[in-house]
Amino acid sequence: MKKLTRWLSKNLIKVYAFLGFTYLFIPVFYTFAFSFNDSGRSNLVWKGFTLKNWKNPCGAPDICMALGNSLKIGLISTILATILGTLIAFALGRYKFAGRSTTNLLIFLPMATPEIVLGASLLTMFLNLGITPGLVPTIIAHVMFCISFVVVTVKARIASLDPRLEQAAMDLYANEWQTFRRVTLPLVAPGIAAAALLSFSLSFDDFIITNFNSGTVTTFPKFVYTAAARGIPAQANVIGSSMFFIALIVVIAGQILSNKRKAKI
Amino acid sequence: MAAIKGISVKSFGLKDNRSALPYLLLAPGLIYLALFFVYPIIALGQMSTKTSSGEIGQYEQSFRFANYVDAFLGSKEQFSRSFIYATIATLLALAIAYPLAYAIAFKSGKWKNVLLVLIVAPFFTSFLLRTIAWKQILGEEGPVIKVLRGVHIISPQTSLTATSFAVVTGLAYNFLPFMTLPLYASLERIDPRTLEASGDLYANVFTTFRKVTLPLSMPGVVAGTLLTFIPAAGDYINAAILGSPSNKMLGNVIDARFFKIVDYPTAAALSFTLMAAILILVTVYIRKAGTEELV
Repeated sequence: MKKLTRWLSKNLIKVYAFLGFTYLFIPVFYTFAFSFNDSGRSNLVWKGFTLKNWKNPCGAPDICMALGNSLKIGLISTILATILGTLIAFALGRYKFAGRSTTNLLIFLPMATPEIVLGASLLTMFLNLGITPGLVPTIIAHVMFCISFVVVTVKARIASLDPRLEQAAMDLYANEWQTFRRVTLPLVAPGIAAAALLSFSLSFDDFIITNFNSGTVTTFPKFVYTAAARGIPAQANVIGSSMFFIALIVVIAGQILSNKRKAKI
Repeated sequence: MAAIKGISVKSFGLKDNRSALPYLLLAPGLIYLALFFVYPIIALGQMSTKTSSGEIGQYEQSFRFANYVDAFLGSKEQFSRSFIYATIATLLALAIAYPLAYAIAFKSGKWKNVLLVLIVAPFFTSFLLRTIAWKQILGEEGPVIKVLRGVHIISPQTSLTATSFAVVTGLAYNFLPFMTLPLYASLERIDPRTLEASGDLYANVFTTFRKVTLPLSMPGVVAGTLLTFIPAAGDYINAAILGSPSNKMLGNVIDARFFKIVDYPTAAALSFTLMAAILILVTVYIRKAGTEELV
């Protein structure tokens, strides 16, 4: 007993962290487990193990169309937001210029505005201009709320670089463009990749802003929300779990890749 | 903070460039934000003082500021509920996330990166699916309530879902990664030697935490609480899925006014009030907490 209390007091923080992660993952495990449920229309009670949902993830009506829309919106928004945000991050991270604090404020404000206000304001503007909500307004909205997160992520990476690396390149007679291309950009690349991944996950998972601006276009979160009223098909759990594993694989592969590169240097 | 900023500007070598390059880099993104963030907010402000012109969905500008009074008086309860729920959820998330971030920053060794990925990993399973999963786990058919009723911790009449408890824990759960990551970032920057020094000077674990760790991690606490509080105050999904009609938050009212009642002006007035209230709170909070540069 004494041994146990001593072990506990020494490892209290680890035990606590373990409990914290368990809490974080309970609904993820639940979603995964119920993707194997041999359920009928509503996936509420465990009815027995089956693989049929995984064999036929598009089995529920409209679910793969919704998924396709989400992937399309996510990819286009990610590319645009990453480009726009990275440019701003370089300006903020590398240059002194007049209007710096105004720029910082303009980047901070979208993150400090609740999603419902962002969604409502864009919808109001689109309606004023006579634009029908749909795919393009949704992409416009997603790019808007992703930019700030890209700027913050890439700027942090730029700030953590050792300026001596660039000075060394310049000392070795690289001009400004060569220095950027061969030294700065490769060093900032992991930050840009992280920002793109973050943008995609924010866009893919967004419900509130999408719900305001997508009109009749269904995305995966919209599908889940609408289906919740009459019972969510187990295929939604299959897609949710797959996204989880795909993202995990992408992140781990990226980590291994950067470890290898570090080992080379 | 200002001193640190001064040093960082010098050592990171910001170029004092008089050329147009930084403005060329800024222009596309900032024009985009002006068109699709600033302008829509102005449009929302204009909408908030309009009145119906008779036809459905048609409004004319009449500068009727009484829209704000109407909107506020009609949803005082939900307004205060939003801020109370968001505050409790933020404190709850802080209590859960701080030790978690501390463990990752100081106790995880080579597992650090893996654990950081695990903090954001739940994001990839749609947050709606996870919220619905909580509803089912805590619901009438779920395992938790059966166990709790079985051992007589709660009476057979008590439910866990459709309560303010479920909504607040749902909010805390959903925004936990937003709390954990900034906390981790600020804890990770602390030199472990400062903690050792504190110990060498005969401070016990609690004194070290109170006098050294906590003050040094304040930027993370401020950033984390903001990133949790702001989305939580505007959220309506947790209240819609985990709550009952008596747990409705301001977001539910705005959503309903836009899509069910189709009363855009009061919906816009409510959105504007919510944004203003949050911005005022955030400004006061940042002043009090003493961190200027957050982004």
